[in-house]
Amino acid sequence: MKKVLMSFAIGAAVVMTAGAASAQTTLEQVKKRGTLQCGSNTGLAGFGVPDAQGNWSGLDVDYCRAMAAAIFNDPTKVKFVPLSSKDRFTALQSGEVDVLVRNTTWTMSRDTSLGLEFGPVNYYDGQGFMVRKKLKIASAMELSGASVCTQQGTTTELNLADFFRANKLKYEVVTFATSDETIKAYDAGRCDAFTTDASGLYSERLRLTAPDDHIVLPEIISKEPLGPATRHGDNQWFDLVKWTHYVMLTAEELGVTKANADEMAKTSTNPDVKRLLGTEGNFGEAIGLTKDFGIQIIKHVGNYGESFERNVGAGSRLKVARGVNALWTKGGLQYAPPIR
Amino acid sequence: MSSVDARPGSAASVEKPRVAFWNDPEKRGYIFQAVLLAAVVYFVYSAADNALANLQKQKIASGFGFWNNTAGFDIGQRLIPYETTSTYGRAFWVGLLNTLLVAGVGIFFATILGFIIGIARLSKNWLVQKLATIYVEAIRNTPLLLQLLFWYNAVLKALPEVRDSLAIPGGLFLNTRGLFVPEPSFGPSFSWVLYALGAGILGYFGFSRWAKARQAATGQIAPLGLAALGLIVVFPVLVYFLAGSPLSFSVPELGRFNIRGGVQVYPEFVALVVGLTIYTAAFIAEAVRAGIQAVSKGQTEAAYALGLRPGPTLDLVVIPQAMRVIIPPLTSNYLNLTKNSSLAVAIGYPDLVQVFTGTVLNQTGQALEVVAITMLVYLTISLSTSLFMNWYNARKALVER
Repeated sequence: MKKVLMSFAIGAAVVMTAGAASAQTTLEQVKKRGTLQCGSNTGLAGFGVPDAQGNWSGLDVDYCRAMAAAIFNDPTKVKFVPLSSKDRFTALQSGEVDVLVRNTTWTMSRDTSLGLEFGPVNYYDGQGFMVRKKLKIASAMELSGASVCTQQGTTTELNLADFFRANKLKYEVVTFATSDETIKAYDAGRCDAFTTDASGLYSERLRLTAPDDHIVLPEIISKEPLGPATRHGDNQWFDLVKWTHYVMLTAEELGVTKANADEMAKTSTNPDVKRLLGTEGNFGEAIGLTKDFGIQIIKHVGNYGESFERNVGAGSRLKVARGVNALWTKGGLQYAPPIR
Repeated sequence: MSSVDARPGSAASVEKPRVAFWNDPEKRGYIFQAVLLAAVVYFVYSAADNALANLQKQKIASGFGFWNNTAGFDIGQRLIPYETTSTYGRAFWVGLLNTLLVAGVGIFFATILGFIIGIARLSKNWLVQKLATIYVEAIRNTPLLLQLLFWYNAVLKALPEVRDSLAIPGGLFLNTRGLFVPEPSFGPSFSWVLYALGAGILGYFGFSRWAKARQAATGQIAPLGLAALGLIVVFPVLVYFLAGSPLSFSVPELGRFNIRGGVQVYPEFVALVVGLTIYTAAFIAEAVRAGIQAVSKGQTEAAYALGLRPGPTLDLVVIPQAMRVIIPPLTSNYLNLTKNSSLAVAIGYPDLVQVFTGTVLNQTGQALEVVAITMLVYLTISLSTSLFMNWYNARKALVER
């Protein structure tokens, strides 16, 4: 019933609030409210998941915390709104959340016909398959005739159909509304294979009754650039979202960390570092913030590399290698435009 | 109107008095209706216009152009051919047919089970009566969604994996993928069997009309049960063998992952039908019990006094009267079952809500259009069911003389 209510919400929002939404910019609304409303996953280890005390952590969660640090100088001023993949765009369109950072794939149709803007890619991913070891399969090409469990309302659902069609393989799809139901059905033996983004496969595997009985197949069948999304039409807010990520990337590139940020601000003579940390120039003003927004992000959340290692990399249970998510200087795809 | 005008027979009462139109309650009524209508039309128009303008401003696509676009996703259970390259419109029909299938099958079984439980609740057998009571109370007082999840997980967990499929005699296989039954393939001369069946049913109706008329005239009772057996069962079977048994089955075979051939009955479908049937049957049972108890005891006693045995008493006296009380709540239970089938979304059954307001809504992002169409569909289904049941109710209603 949730989606019906949600649809009413967007209906009501679209129909009733002719001027209210446009009168105030998103940043003004957030400042007035005192918290950032961040659309996040209902629970995906490494990206966005609440612990038993309700404290959220993850790479996507850090993105929202960084934005809160930039706006309020306080990374705790975020309210995380857990959304299923089906409900997420409606929630963003209707204004229920200010920004959606929920391992969401940037595609052309989402960018152009949903009234959204996609920000910088904070995780380059691709879709993969997980199967039981005892099936003795080494490649996704051997999956002919298999049944596959997947979550509804995702690019995954479409890639899956494309993959099997392109390779002329037969299959049977079983789709579920939430990731919980999907992984449970796979665990119960309803499907031979489970498919989602490769990063998701590793974190969902931890939730199975016997994680070691399952393997992730080597094929990556799609491009999944995951990034934050905002509503179309508020360019200042979109700039703020973009530059939050770029600040974290630049900090990693320049070697500025959570621990040494204050020190660097005082001592560094590198003009790039000075501009990043706000001791030179006033770059925050143009996006409606103070010139300190850069140092606030790094002091509270850290740079991109720190966040990556802590949530999905070597310092986490997922142990994902940086791979294409390394900085461009280290052969990866993460590249920030200069702050000047 | 003054009291003078109202006096019967006076000239003034024939000729209409001249009053200003705002003092004439009839004209005033029309004006109020017109103003209200205008207000409603204006409200709907401005809301729709506003919505469109806002969608345009936010650059959200609107309109029904998506209907003919390629869907690009797959659907597990489908009653009509559907490919990844089919359109969203096709996906809509697939979902709608799945909804109608589960609603139809659910209503069929819920009615049977409901009547059995309802009658069992009035049984003189202590154990049967208590069991029926426990069933009704336990099922009616727990949420349907929980029951569905229970059935889905119970069904799945209890079944063996594909490799260890339970082979049921007759070429059936049962595993976590569902139930695989042999697929019938009909030979060209099979149509003769269908004709024979049709003719048998028509013949039975003709015979029963004749028997009724004869019974009314002479009191002689015709063996209707025997006639039904002969005309509807024996006759077509004879024709089937005369036509050379034109029916063969392709038996499912165990493959590497899955079973090839045969017809697959998905576990999602089974769980949903079982859940909806058991839940709705509890409500129908209560309606049936209420209906039977509404027939006063004197009716039964009078039937006994006339020498009718308990069977015919139930058949001819109690049930026809009870039906009048049962049908209206039965209708609303049918409607509830149809609407509740949308909970399919929780257990992965591709019904209208799961396919259309789930995947299609998400891929197109056109919430207003998709939800509006879905609500219209449920409204249409419900109103058609209501119309049919009202017609049936009118037929069964007490004819007063």
